[in-house]
Amino acid sequence: MTLTPVQTFIIIFMVTIGTMITRFLPFLVFKGTRSNNSYIGYLSRVLPYSAIGLLIVFCLKDISFKSPVYGLPEIISIGCIITLHYWKENTLLSIGAGTVIYMVLVQFVFT
Amino acid sequence: MKEKITALKAAFPHTIPVLTGFTFLGAAYGILMSSKGYGVGWTVLFSLIAFAGSGQYMAITFLTSVFNPLYALLMTLMINARHIFYGISLLDRYKDTGRLKPYLIFGLCDETFSIVCSTEPPKGVNKNWFYFFITLLDHSYWVLGSAIGGMLGSIVSFNTKGLDFVLTALFVVIFIGQWKTQKDHKPAIIGVLCSVICLIIFGQSNFIIPSMITILTALTIFQKGHKEENKLSKESLQ
Repeated sequence: MTLTPVQTFIIIFMVTIGTMITRFLPFLVFKGTRSNNSYIGYLSRVLPYSAIGLLIVFCLKDISFKSPVYGLPEIISIGCIITLHYWKENTLLSIGAGTVIYMVLVQFVFT
Repeated sequence: MKEKITALKAAFPHTIPVLTGFTFLGAAYGILMSSKGYGVGWTVLFSLIAFAGSGQYMAITFLTSVFNPLYALLMTLMINARHIFYGISLLDRYKDTGRLKPYLIFGLCDETFSIVCSTEPPKGVNKNWFYFFITLLDHSYWVLGSAIGGMLGSIVSFNTKGLDFVLTALFVVIFIGQWKTQKDHKPAIIGVLCSVICLIIFGQSNFIIPSMITILTALTIFQKGHKEENKLSKESLQ
């Protein structure tokens, strides 16, 4: 431990507060807004789709296309997931196979 | 009681990918924390009250450098700003959740959001308890995973390289599911495109907030077209 226990607790507290602000904020800000408010209603309908897109990019943000392995493990695995999911439509199969393919690729192929 | 068990049974299958992901990701986190001298108690406390995967990984930097609480708070706000989108998306879904609401919001991590926003509870299952158990199960997996890691410490090492991809895979599958059920692909395309452009411009540690602003702007610009479409589909329904 680099920090004292009290300092550690304060850091943990800060990360918790920061996280909770981002989670509670929309519910507090729009508490009084009627659900038929058309702009907020529109956002809550379309944002789930944009948010998952942002989340996927967030997961893949550390890929480098300039240096080996050029994001190939991710591209191949996601390609397999898309194909498999369109073909079999089985959520757990797509996720499981995609993950195994990725692990094999990063552990044995692109090492 | 029976109502709750039905909801738990309905919720569990949806959380299986998260169970896998969080067990190993949590364990890796616990191992990392113990390698920095933080025992299982600290790890479990952190996972229990913060419940923020990427935030907690980032916080290791703050736990191992000069004490700077304000910077820790600001970095957390920046990394987790994406949660604001989750809240706005779920305003309606979580509207009538009553006394469960504070916990549902507290536990709204990426994984819980991705399941809740893309899953309808089966017929006859109480919606509120269904969402509650998805949140509670995910939360437990994270705490349990990090506890296991904290206890194993750095004694055991096994090659789990790449296993964290299970969560990326989960999000990709949800994205495809949404793509298939939604006729209007603009929101999904806007989400990916704006984020990629901002990632290229602002770099990996600063792109989240610019992405959110660009996405909101793009969605607002497209709202007009959406409104008209909506009106048309309502008219055709009548």
